[in-house]
Amino acid sequence: MATHLDISQVSIEFPTPKGPFKALDGVNLKIAKGEFVSLIGHSGCGKSTVLNIVAGLYDATAGGVLLDGREVKGPGPERAVVFQNHSLLPWLSAYENVELAVKQVFRKTKTKKEMHDWIMHNLELVHMTHAADKRPDEISGGMKQRVGIARALAMEPSVLLMDEPFGALDALTRAHLQDSLMEIQKDLNNTVIMITHDVDEAVLLSDRIVMMTNGPAATVGEILHVDLERPRDRLSLANDPKYVDYRAQVLTFLYEKQRKVEPISSPAPSNKKTKGKVVNG
Amino acid sequence: MTLSNLSKASLKDWLSTFTIKKALFPVIGVLVFLALWQVGASRVDTSLGTFPGPVVVYEQWNSLIDDHQRERTKESQFYERQEKRIEARQAKDPSYVGKIRSYTGKPTFFDQIFTSLYTVLAGFGLATLIAIPVGILIGLNSSVYSALNPVIQVFKPVSPLAWLPLVTMVVSASYVSDDPMFSKSFLTSMFTVTLCCMWPTLINTAVGVAAVEKDLLNVSKVLRLGWVTHVIKIVIPSAIPLMFTGLRLSLGIAWMVLIAAEMLAQNPGLGKFVWDEFQNGSSNSLGRIMVAVLMIGFIGFVLDRLMLTVQRYVSWDKTQVLR
Repeated sequence: MATHLDISQVSIEFPTPKGPFKALDGVNLKIAKGEFVSLIGHSGCGKSTVLNIVAGLYDATAGGVLLDGREVKGPGPERAVVFQNHSLLPWLSAYENVELAVKQVFRKTKTKKEMHDWIMHNLELVHMTHAADKRPDEISGGMKQRVGIARALAMEPSVLLMDEPFGALDALTRAHLQDSLMEIQKDLNNTVIMITHDVDEAVLLSDRIVMMTNGPAATVGEILHVDLERPRDRLSLANDPKYVDYRAQVLTFLYEKQRKVEPISSPAPSNKKTKGKVVNG
Repeated sequence: MTLSNLSKASLKDWLSTFTIKKALFPVIGVLVFLALWQVGASRVDTSLGTFPGPVVVYEQWNSLIDDHQRERTKESQFYERQEKRIEARQAKDPSYVGKIRSYTGKPTFFDQIFTSLYTVLAGFGLATLIAIPVGILIGLNSSVYSALNPVIQVFKPVSPLAWLPLVTMVVSASYVSDDPMFSKSFLTSMFTVTLCCMWPTLINTAVGVAAVEKDLLNVSKVLRLGWVTHVIKIVIPSAIPLMFTGLRLSLGIAWMVLIAAEMLAQNPGLGKFVWDEFQNGSSNSLGRIMVAVLMIGFIGFVLDRLMLTVQRYVSWDKTQVLR
């Protein structure tokens, strides 16, 4: 298995008034081309921090990330990010949001007509052509997230990074988008790293599930290979013994091996949702 | 439901929602105010007669219109007379080249309004041209911000009247020309307005620029947008709502500052009109000043509404409540 993305011995410390806070300690992960990897773990364990380091938005204190053998320095469109809360520019229409990305990436290589076709093609992939001229505040949360995915896909990234892409959506919309994502993935076969809180989502979508230990100084705890045939169907999988077993393994890791006992007092800077949440197992 | 029923019902709806809220209450408010004003004014005696009530003010308004028309007639007659005189001399002596002298009559109330309006717009325009780029710069760069902040904070609260003598002296010393494009009084008023009104725009622009959502900044980084594209596509649009808050405050300040500056410096404009009437001290003066006061308020209101209309048109955030 050729390594496409190599996260090697990554550690990161954040300066705090009480001294440096070590969020990640020696994270190692090798990802092959076309692989779909989920990162799962409790709030505040540093999943988002790993993603942000791969994206280049944070600099690792030690270790580094290699993409096709070249070290990642700073953010770039070849590592497109789908943010949790869509992050569309509210003053641009869906089309223009994708256009901004396409113009930036393909300005020199595509003609105007080709760029237009490419934008429409990507909106088509996420079934959003009908709302191409709508602004983000005129469409629903699920639709915004679709446009966000279209924008990321339009950059033709070599790794697609998704930071809890469906976390802010209701369950039905989420299921819908997961199906859409699998459909797109079948055609494009992108390399994807997705952060999630949702065990079902992780098992359904991933080739591998990376379970992270609790912070501070979080690292990779266990890796689970999900060997389920694609295309996967959520209804028939629900009673599939293999699926149920994978699910149980992830749950066991999260709630037995890495059970959070103490209330979280100092949340990691990367995850604001930790605030105020008390987990007593 | 029949058609007539429907129209009756919708008429009723229209009356209850539209008329009462949008027209009836404001009309009641104005009428009550006028009544209180009339009653209250008649009890205030000054050395120039009783304080003007709405009726007197209305009369003075009409007389100001008459004055204006009379002045215009005088002006056109003046030019007519000149032309006739020149023609007559040219008939006798074909080589004679006549020189048209311009009319030097006293500017009327309406001339003064016009002068004040373009002075305020020029001053406000110049302030905007300075404040928005500087605001963007200090909003983007915290070092520049900390460098300029003390200066801004000290100059922001300075009253126009304190600036005026300095501006007057500097303009008279530096703007020396045989054929000036602008009069010195215009430049003095304009620069004073600029100096006083640019601060809200500057500060609000800086705050708006500095408060761009972190996620959008990340989008910009992931796309590797160039500095110019980043500012044009991300920073400026997200700062626009706050920028306009600043612009509206600035325009309001500009208008207030201008009237004060014109009064103190005797520069042409509504401020000078008020001061002249005060010095004039006739029995009509208080009424005329009151007309000017109302006109100043009305123009200020119209300017603010214009700004609001532009803001509505430009701003992407249609959910923002604009008042």
